Amino acid sequence: MATTTTIEPGKRRRKPPLFSWIKGISQVLFTVLVTMVGLLFVTFIIGRVMPIDPVLSIVGESATNDVYEAAYRELGLDKPLFMQFLIFLGDVFRGDFGESLLTARPVSEDLIRVFPATLELATVGTIIGVLLGVPLGVIAAVKQGSWIDHLARVVALIGYSMPVFWIGLIGLLVFYGMLGWVGGPGRLDIFYVDVVPSVTGMILVDSLLAGDMVVFKNAVSHIILPAGLLAYYSLAYISRMTRSFMLEQLDQEYITTARVKGLSENAVIWRHALGNVKVPLITVIALSYAGLLEGSVLTETIFAWPGIGLYITTALLSADMNAVLGGTVVVGLVFVCLNIFSDLLYKIFDPRAK
Amino acid sequence: MSSTPSTTKNTQVQSWREWLNSDTPTSRRQAKLSAWYRAWLALRSNPMAMFGLLILAALVFIALFAPVLAPHDPFEQNLAARLTPPGEGGYILGSDSLGRDILSRLMYGSRITLYIVALVALMAPIVGLLVGTAAGYIGGWLDVVLMRLTDIFLAFPRLVLALAFVSALGAGIENAVLAIVLTAWPPYARIARAETLTIRGADYIHAIKLQGAGTMRVITRHIWPLCISSLIIRVTLDMAGIILTAAGLGFLGLGAQPPSPEWGAMISAGRKFILDHWWVATMPGLAIFTVSLAFNLLGDGLRDVLDPKKNTK
Repeated sequence: MATTTTIEPGKRRRKPPLFSWIKGISQVLFTVLVTMVGLLFVTFIIGRVMPIDPVLSIVGESATNDVYEAAYRELGLDKPLFMQFLIFLGDVFRGDFGESLLTARPVSEDLIRVFPATLELATVGTIIGVLLGVPLGVIAAVKQGSWIDHLARVVALIGYSMPVFWIGLIGLLVFYGMLGWVGGPGRLDIFYVDVVPSVTGMILVDSLLAGDMVVFKNAVSHIILPAGLLAYYSLAYISRMTRSFMLEQLDQEYITTARVKGLSENAVIWRHALGNVKVPLITVIALSYAGLLEGSVLTETIFAWPGIGLYITTALLSADMNAVLGGTVVVGLVFVCLNIFSDLLYKIFDPRAK
Repeated sequence: MSSTPSTTKNTQVQSWREWLNSDTPTSRRQAKLSAWYRAWLALRSNPMAMFGLLILAALVFIALFAPVLAPHDPFEQNLAARLTPPGEGGYILGSDSLGRDILSRLMYGSRITLYIVALVALMAPIVGLLVGTAAGYIGGWLDVVLMRLTDIFLAFPRLVLALAFVSALGAGIENAVLAIVLTAWPPYARIARAETLTIRGADYIHAIKLQGAGTMRVITRHIWPLCISSLIIRVTLDMAGIILTAAGLGFLGLGAQPPSPEWGAMISAGRKFILDHWWVATMPGLAIFTVSLAFNLLGDGLRDVLDPKKNTK
């Protein structure tokens, strides 16, 4: 750069890209840190305003005053709130969420056990949603005003208006109760449980690893309905967003240029236009994935799917505070991470976002 | 906006219409009213939005006159007629496991739904408006703190946060409303802040400040009114989500408590019988679906009318 002394007017000297990358990423990291601490703080406060006495739930109703006092001090409740929060932070960073009253095991162990089930469900749901939603959105944009556009609109509208727990019940009634096409609630039929060794915790993957096709088929028959349901919700969102992104692109001049150049319509749409909406689309998919991880709370309840959503609600109803807070923190962290991931993606791949 | 003169029509209606359609309003009131009138005409030409509006009007009507319209007492149990299928024994939509008429319960339940939606739709935007305008107008460290706070709440998954709040506050409709408000305000705060930032530098704000208006006066009298229309659009689009969240909380047993005829709780009660007595859970679900569909249709229509920027049709 030293030799080029003349800088053209109006053209600012640009910082090397690596520098702005590092700056961007450290900014994001700072945001993550602040957001996560804030998230933990909110969770901590919720835990503190609970009408349940954490000491009583440990020592029992009939404990003497001395025992109560000792437990009170052991839990650190005699310290100022700020210190308690710091202790809580330290525990969380060590992965220690205390013990669950319901399962009498460390909450972190429980969470490791239940999380893969949720992950499996949300992942299958997102895959189906993307495979159907993106083409639907693209076609709806290309054939604007056609029956397929209207179909996409109705599909999205119904998706936004339907209570997930209700349609889940109806799905069970029709496809399991009446037609018998799919497996019922739960992840497997009872005689297939624990047949394949648990490696990843995701039964679809585990059964494939073990080469046990019978278990795999059974797992598919159980996951297809809840995952299909979640897929519908992500499809509704993804197809809508794909459509509006595509409409924006199809108006651009480079599309006309590509057509004039003699490219086939397929190449223009699927390679050029869709190629240019890749980044915002991945953001949308990440957000919808995060939404599914969260939205699975109700779905898991309906389908007795032993994931994190069911874990939190069961814990809630039996006032198992450590489990509720631990679960909330984990869901929150995953949510934040996916949000950040999509943000980061934008910053890195979209030159317009500075 | 043509005002075709026709001699056959009632002249008074004619003159009203002309007054409303006038290009040269003579008073502020006329300008305002004619803007509303035009918005209404645009909305009226959207059949889907009108369909949504019709459903909601019917819902309000049913909620108001539930005691007159309901064929049975929603709480009266009749164990002899429990789980009667729809259409039999005078139960149009069937009866539930305690022999209560489902139609009557749905009618009374519409009051709860409207109550929740109205409270949330009032409170969440107001919280957002307060936070957003304060952050945007005052700026500085307050802006940083408030917006970080907004981000934190935004980062939380809504239903899980609402669950945690309700469990901390105790189950019940009021607490469910509070929990939903606590999770719903951040988007409003963001919108209000964005609007404030664009307004803040306007000449007329400087003019008012020169006249001696303080921060409070500028915010309450000159910034709030301009933020309201974008908040209203957002609220109508959010209504369906509010209904679904409230119903979800009710379904999990954290919203309205039995024997209250809240729709989500009714689905939850019918869940046990779903395989043999489908109607108990199906009917309230249809009610929730219809109402949130209506809100979505109306919200879409309103957005097209009130917000020309987003008109992508």
